[in-house]
Amino acid sequence: MNGWTFVIAAYTLALAASAGIAVVSFFAMRAAEKKLP
Amino acid sequence: MASLHAFANPVRFLKIARPLTPILFWAGVALIAFGAWAGLTQTPADYLQGETVRIMYIHVPTAWLGMGGWSGIALSSIAFLVWRHPLANVAARAIALPGALFAFLCLSTGSIWGRPTWGTWWQWDGRLTSMLLLFFVYLGYMALVRADQDRGGDGRIPAIYGVAGSVLLPIIHYSVIWWNTLHQGESVVRGKIAASILWPLWFTLGGFTLFFAALVLIRMRTILATTKAEARMRRMSAEFATA
Repeated sequence: MNGWTFVIAAYTLALAASAGIAVVSFFAMRAAEKKLP
Repeated sequence: MASLHAFANPVRFLKIARPLTPILFWAGVALIAFGAWAGLTQTPADYLQGETVRIMYIHVPTAWLGMGGWSGIALSSIAFLVWRHPLANVAARAIALPGALFAFLCLSTGSIWGRPTWGTWWQWDGRLTSMLLLFFVYLGYMALVRADQDRGGDGRIPAIYGVAGSVLLPIIHYSVIWWNTLHQGESVVRGKIAASILWPLWFTLGGFTLFFAALVLIRMRTILATTKAEARMRRMSAEFATA
C-alpha cells in the first residue's frame, strides 16, 4: 500500500462521518421543530 | 456579563441561532472543501513521510475539536452550576455527541496515519492513551445525561462530571512533553512545519470549527424543541385529566 491509500482512507472516514452526523442532526432538528405548534 | 445573561434567554437565543446556523454550516463546508482540495493537490509531499503528511489537514482539526468540545462542556457546566442557566445545560448536552465523534475521528485518523509513519496502528503512548480516555469520558457523559434525565434529575450531576472531566485537557496537551514516547511534540504552533506544507491546515481548522459550531446550534435547537413539545404534551395531559 502506498501513502495515498492511507490518505484517502483518513479523508473518506472523516468527511463521511462529518456528513453523517450533519444529516442525522438536521433531520432530528426538523422533526423536533415540526412537532411545535 | 449582563449582556451574556440576556443572550441566555432561549427565545433570544433562537432568534439568533436560526439565521446563524446555515451561515456557519455552509461557511464551514466551503472552508473544509477548499482546505481538503489544497491539502491534497497544492502542497508538496514531506521529504520523510511522503504523501501521508496530508492526513494532518484532517487529523489536527479533529484533535482540536475533540478537546475543544470538552472545553465547551466544562465551561457550559460551570455556567449552569454557577448561574443556573438552563441554556448552558442545553449547550453542554448538544456538544457531547459531536465532541465524541471528533475525538473518535482523531483516534482513527491518527491510527491510519500511524501505520505508515510509525509502523503500528496503535501504541500505549501518553498522547494516544489520554485521547482515548477523553473519548471514554465523552461516552460516560452521554450515559450520565441520559440516566439523569430518566430519573428526573436537574442536570447538576452531569454538570459536575463535565467540570471534573476537564482535568484530562492539560494532561492531553502536555502528554507529549511529560512522556516523550511515540507521538511527536508540539509542531503546529511552534513553527516546526514548513509554511508551504502548513497553510491548508488553517482552512480545514477554521472550516471544521464553524461546522462544529453549526452542529452544536442544530442540536441545541433540537433539544429546545423537544423539551418544549414534551412540556406542552404534559400540560395537555394535565388539562385532560382535570377536565
